Amino acid sequence: MTSLSAKIQDVFDEPACDKNRGKDAKARKEGCSKPLTPGAAAGGCAFDGAKIVLQPITDVAHLVHAPLACEGNSWDNRGAASSGPTLWRTSFTTDLTELDVVMGQGERKLFKAIREIKEAYAPPAIFVYSTCVTALIGDDIEAVCKRAGEKFGLAVVPVNAPGLAGSKNLGNKLAAEALLEHVIGTVEPDDAGPYDINILGEFNLSGEFWLVKPLLDRLGIRVRACIPGDARYLDVASAHRARAAMVVCSTALINLARKMEERWDIPFFEGSFYGITDTSEALRNIAELLVKKGADPEILARTEALIAEQEAIAWKKLEAYRRRLQGKRVLLNTGGVKSWSVVHALMEIGIEIVGTSVKKSTLEDKERIKQILKDDNHMFEQMAARDLYAMLSEHKADIMLSGGRTQFIALKAKTPWLDINQERQHPYAGYDGMVELVRQIDLAIHNPIWSQVREPAPWDCQPAVKDEPPSTTSGTASLHALKKFAGTMADDFGEC
Amino acid sequence: MVRILSQTKSASVNPLKSSQPLGAALAFLGIDGAVPLFHGIQGCTSFALVLFVRHFKEAIPLQTTAMDEVTTILGGSDNLEEAILNLKTRTKPKLIGVCTTALVETRGEDCAGDIADIKLKHAEELAGTEIVLANTPDFSGALEEGWAKAVSAMIEGITRHGEQARQSKKIAILPGWHLTVADIEHLREMVESFGLQPVILPDVSGSLDGTVPDHWVPTTYGGTSIEDIRELGAAEHCIAIGEHMRHPAEVLQKMTGVPYVLFESLTGLEGADQFFSLLSAISGESVPASVRRRRAQLQDALLDGHFHFGGKKIAIAAEPDQLYQLATFFTGMGSEVAAAVATTDMSKVLGRVPAASIQIGDLSDLEALAGGADLLVTHSHGRQASQRLGIPLMRVGFPVFDRLGSQHKLSILYQGTRDLVFEVANMFQANRHAPTPEKLDPFRKQETQDGARSSPLTGH
Repeated sequence: MTSLSAKIQDVFDEPACDKNRGKDAKARKEGCSKPLTPGAAAGGCAFDGAKIVLQPITDVAHLVHAPLACEGNSWDNRGAASSGPTLWRTSFTTDLTELDVVMGQGERKLFKAIREIKEAYAPPAIFVYSTCVTALIGDDIEAVCKRAGEKFGLAVVPVNAPGLAGSKNLGNKLAAEALLEHVIGTVEPDDAGPYDINILGEFNLSGEFWLVKPLLDRLGIRVRACIPGDARYLDVASAHRARAAMVVCSTALINLARKMEERWDIPFFEGSFYGITDTSEALRNIAELLVKKGADPEILARTEALIAEQEAIAWKKLEAYRRRLQGKRVLLNTGGVKSWSVVHALMEIGIEIVGTSVKKSTLEDKERIKQILKDDNHMFEQMAARDLYAMLSEHKADIMLSGGRTQFIALKAKTPWLDINQERQHPYAGYDGMVELVRQIDLAIHNPIWSQVREPAPWDCQPAVKDEPPSTTSGTASLHALKKFAGTMADDFGEC
Repeated sequence: MVRILSQTKSASVNPLKSSQPLGAALAFLGIDGAVPLFHGIQGCTSFALVLFVRHFKEAIPLQTTAMDEVTTILGGSDNLEEAILNLKTRTKPKLIGVCTTALVETRGEDCAGDIADIKLKHAEELAGTEIVLANTPDFSGALEEGWAKAVSAMIEGITRHGEQARQSKKIAILPGWHLTVADIEHLREMVESFGLQPVILPDVSGSLDGTVPDHWVPTTYGGTSIEDIRELGAAEHCIAIGEHMRHPAEVLQKMTGVPYVLFESLTGLEGADQFFSLLSAISGESVPASVRRRRAQLQDALLDGHFHFGGKKIAIAAEPDQLYQLATFFTGMGSEVAAAVATTDMSKVLGRVPAASIQIGDLSDLEALAGGADLLVTHSHGRQASQRLGIPLMRVGFPVFDRLGSQHKLSILYQGTRDLVFEVANMFQANRHAPTPEKLDPFRKQETQDGARSSPLTGH
């Protein structure tokens, strides 16, 4: 546990994190985990965070050393996509029983489990995750992994991020530490080149990185490793030979980027593939970093040409939605896809942002959002379920974009909702992704069910909700008749 | 006699189980105005919550005592106290259902003692809120055990002790966790059709049936009322459904003297016949015409459907009672249970499952045993095995996260059995293999006889 505590101290003191930089020495020492309120807490644990960061590595067997719940309640639940191997979707756990816990058989069972997996699946590596109970009973997974790795001749990587260590975000960072300590730099690639980059913190949800990768391909830029989305073990192991890196989800993997810069001189920048301007900016930054590291400067002009071409196409596609979405009010409530760049693109086609959560945004992001929205009142850290429900019930927004956690608040308030977090069905990255996001907003807002579900039953005596007039369909006449009927009822009976 | 094969692997691959606290939470979710509270790390709750939401497509009230490294060392009683008080002020629940997790159980915390202290210390503040504890470490049991423990705990903690004046029309019903919203709604209607008044504990049909409330409710809305649980002892009779409900039924009987009848399964003609005969006997009413009509419809469904079932090989993975329910249904239609996987060997019902053997294990065991089967039957996590084996998957139980409406699927009594017959027969028809000269070639058949499906001749 002491080495774990030291590691936690270390990742909390992140010089590349601007939140951390803004603190005084004392506050910095206290770390960034906020005490939770029992009975009023939401969110995952450190193990959850570690698994999220590592599990999309597709050809690795991920073995969770725990009683059933940690893995049994959570496997195969995220929408990362793989272009090949499927082993990462197979769930492995030691499923500790009472007897295992009482008799102290955890380490032996773990060792045997590693052997079984190696024999049955022959993966290039096995990642072993510690959890609360196995940490509490003192199982030394580092020792077991070392021994098993030597004995079976494969990489067995301990991921020491038990849930009780802290938050999901801490788990993200501890996972990165495991990669730095045991994986990255262990394999020398024989094909390193001047246009090799790493993308860090990209999860390839719904395969969305595949909307971006062709742009890089076009420029002759090779993704040495995308960590973790659609990654293979060998890509990650040889990631130290990339020339530059982009950090996509900075709150998750900033420590990985900074330490790779320190150790292997890989410069990085923080960027995003969400939104048009951000995507362009990311391509620009990648090209510039590569040139700084010795690539031919002609790539800069090619990059600009590609950006100009792709932006024009995207804006043209978006323009088609202006007529349908002008003046629509969007509430953004999530940690994920909500950079200022998405806000910017939505506003560009006439959408109004009535609120945005900035819980996970960087200071820089907040500054930009403030400038774009021209009103701080639209920014909030977090909104209670009850307030959110009230706001949506009063039709103060035409749609909420958020994660699954608040999905049913919107739906029960009979408000259109779009998933923009990890369970989402659609890819939103890159130029095409932004167009897809707007298309999905359009589809959600204009779905004909909204007028149906908001209409009270004909025998209930409230006046009908006069929302948008139903567009011309065959059922219009009878619908009008019904509305009239409902209106008469309300008039006749007055308040009831 | 069925052979029970115990698990020999050290690595569980593609778990079949959901955790025990999740089962307990599910039972508490069947109570009106309830909030289940996991005593453990916030991650335990977060995983369970996400899984519930993916299955029910509903906002689920579920909270955590949010233990951390320090409280794990010092003990979690303060967190438990703070969580209960916070829940009380924030959500004003009628019931807080505390489910312990592996962490606090491994520490060996005296949660019952802690809760007694908290109740005593804050008697005034906590008035109007029942607090019930289910000891549900993740390292043993699964949904069945967790659900049953929560129901027993509610009866022990809330139901009035001692013999009560019996209400002749009142029937206590203790359904197993595997009954859906539709099952429970149907059960109620059927019981009421005999002029009886059912009290169902827990009743997820009121709370998890996907309705749209007109204001924000932070607890469950609908389900068994606390008052009904308190007066459960006034029932004339108790009906328990599923072997795992025997313990709660016995607790009720011991406390209040209410006798119980246990149905291992209500699926299939026979089980339904017994059930309706019992209702008729208790109520003194003859079986209503609508029920008779449904029985006739089931008879007809059996006649129409049996063509598709005969000789089919079925591979089922489920918790014991659901395994029994489905295995008897399929064998009752002329199919064979070629592979059976269960979560535990502790249930007595396993000995009566119509299969040659039952493997205690996971979905990788199912995948290994199901080669050559015509149908896989398990929850949504069976989708990968189904894809790899090229065998259709019938989704049952929990979790079902990649299909809508699993809560509204009926699987019990005449009508539910009829629906099941149609569902399965339609799956077989949809996956029909057209005859080809190669498949029918008598010489080829002689070579490959062993590895073939139930019969290469029956293409349907």
